[in-house]
Amino acid sequence: MADHTVRSFDEALERLRDTLLRLGGIAEKALTEAIAALAKRDADMAAHIVQRDAELDGLCRLAEDQAVKLLALRQPMASDLRLVVGAIRMALDLERVGDYAANIAKRTIVLAQLPPAISVGPIQRMSRIVQEMLKDTLDAFAAHDVEKAQSVWERDEQVDEAYNAVFRSLLTYMMEDPRNITPCAHLLFIAKNVERIGDHATNLAETIRFIELGEEMLKDRPKRDDSPFAIVEPPAGV
Amino acid sequence: METPFSSAQPGTAPPPAVPLPNEPPSIVARNVNVWYGDKHAIKNVSIDIYRRQVTAFIGPSGCGKSTFLRVLNRMNDIIEGCRVTGKITLDGDDIYDPRLDVVQLRARVGMVFQKPNPFPKSIYDNVAYGPRIHGLTRSKKELDEIVEKSLRRAALWDEVKDRLDEPGTALSGGQQQRLCIARAIAVSPDVILMDEPCSALDPIATAKIEELMDELRQDYTIIIVTHSMQQAARVSQRTAFFHLGDLVEVGSTEQIFTRPQDRRTQDYITGRFG
Repeated sequence: MADHTVRSFDEALERLRDTLLRLGGIAEKALTEAIAALAKRDADMAAHIVQRDAELDGLCRLAEDQAVKLLALRQPMASDLRLVVGAIRMALDLERVGDYAANIAKRTIVLAQLPPAISVGPIQRMSRIVQEMLKDTLDAFAAHDVEKAQSVWERDEQVDEAYNAVFRSLLTYMMEDPRNITPCAHLLFIAKNVERIGDHATNLAETIRFIELGEEMLKDRPKRDDSPFAIVEPPAGV
Repeated sequence: METPFSSAQPGTAPPPAVPLPNEPPSIVARNVNVWYGDKHAIKNVSIDIYRRQVTAFIGPSGCGKSTFLRVLNRMNDIIEGCRVTGKITLDGDDIYDPRLDVVQLRARVGMVFQKPNPFPKSIYDNVAYGPRIHGLTRSKKELDEIVEKSLRRAALWDEVKDRLDEPGTALSGGQQQRLCIARAIAVSPDVILMDEPCSALDPIATAKIEELMDELRQDYTIIIVTHSMQQAARVSQRTAFFHLGDLVEVGSTEQIFTRPQDRRTQDYITGRFG
C-alpha cells in the first residue's frame, strides 16, 4: 500500500504492528516452552515461563496505548482504522494465550513433583497443532496473507477432536486408580488451556481477515468439541 | 454509460445501504457532464440523492465536488463558458428544462456558502427577504411568524430575538452562518446545498451547525461539500467520493469510511494521496 502523506502516521502504524509481532512471538514461545517443560518434567524451566508472563502483559498494554493514541491523534480511517481496532483485539487474544501458557507452566511445576504415571504424548500432539496454528496466524499477519489466516481458522476442528480424545483418556486413567486423579485433573486443565489457545488462534485469524478485507469469515466456525457431553462408564467390577 | 456505483434505474430496488428503501430519490442525476470551456470538470456522473438524509461530497481540491453541487441549483448558469449535459431531475422535474424558472428552482434548492454572506440588512430583513420576493405572505403577522419559525429552526432565535433590527453582519461568524441557513429555509426549500459551511467557523460553531444539520434532515434533503473527512463521517448518512471529475464511489457513510471498495477512495480517506 502507498505511504501516507504524513510520514509519522506510517511510522506509528508500523510501530503498532511491530508491538503485535513481538507480543505474538513471546506468546508463541511461551506455549512451546511450557509444553516442552511439561514433557521434560522441568520445574525450573516452567518457573521461568511463569515469571516472563509480566513482560507479555506489559506489551499488551503498550499495544493498547499505541492504538488509543493513534485513534485520538490521527483519526484513522478504512484499512488504518481496521488495523487499529484489530490490534486491540489481537493484543487481548495474545495476552490470553500468554496467560494460558503460564497456567500450563504452573501446573507443570506441580506435576514435576508427582510420580510420572500418565503419558503426556496426546497433549503434546494436540499442542503441536495449536503451536502450528499460532505460528501461521502470526505469519499471516506479518505477510497480510488472508488465505493462511483462513487455513488456521479451519484447523480448529482438529484441535477439538484431539481435545476430546485427551479428555476421554484422562477420565479412564482416573477411573482406574484414584491416585491418578491429582495429575489427571492438572492434565485436564492443561489440555483445556491448549484447546483455548487454539480458539484464540482462530480469533486472531478472524481479526486478520477483518483487518485485511473488512469482512468477517464467510461460514460458521467449524466446531467439534463434544467433551461437554462426554460420559465414560466405569469398568465392570469396580 | 451507467456508472457501476450509481443506484438502480427507476423501478428497481435502491442500493441496500439506504435506510428508507421505499422512498424514491429526491434528486436523480444521470450521465451529467460539465465543461468549463475545454476543461471537462464533471465526467458522466450518475447519482441518486435521497430525502431525509445528509449526503456528503468529498474529494481532493479540484475534483469537481463543488461544481457538481452548483449544477444542482444551476448556479453554474452564470459562469461564462460553462456547459452542462445529461439529465437531472428534482422530484421528477427536469431542472434543465428551458421553460423552468431558475428563481423558482433556487427557492426549492437553497444554498449555504463557505463564507457566511448575510445581506447588509437587519437580521429580520435577511430572513424576510426570500418570502417577500416570492410573495409567500399576505400580512406582516404571517411574515413575523415565518421569520421566527426559520430562526428557531436554525437554532438562532434565542440569541437574536431581542435584536432583530440589528444588522446581520454584526453577528459572530457562526451566528451569521446560522442566519444564512434561516434565510435559506424561510422559503421552504426541498433541498439545502451546503458548500463547506463550517470551514470559516470555530469548533463550537461547527458543532452547532452539525447538530442543526442532523435536525434539519428530518425535513429537508441536505447535500454538503466538505474537506473535513471527519465532518463527512459525522454528519452524513451517504458519502460520495469524487476524483478528477469522476464519481469514484458512493455508498453508506459507514461503508465508505470502514470498507471503501475503490482503491482511490481508500487512498484518499486514509491520507495516502501523493
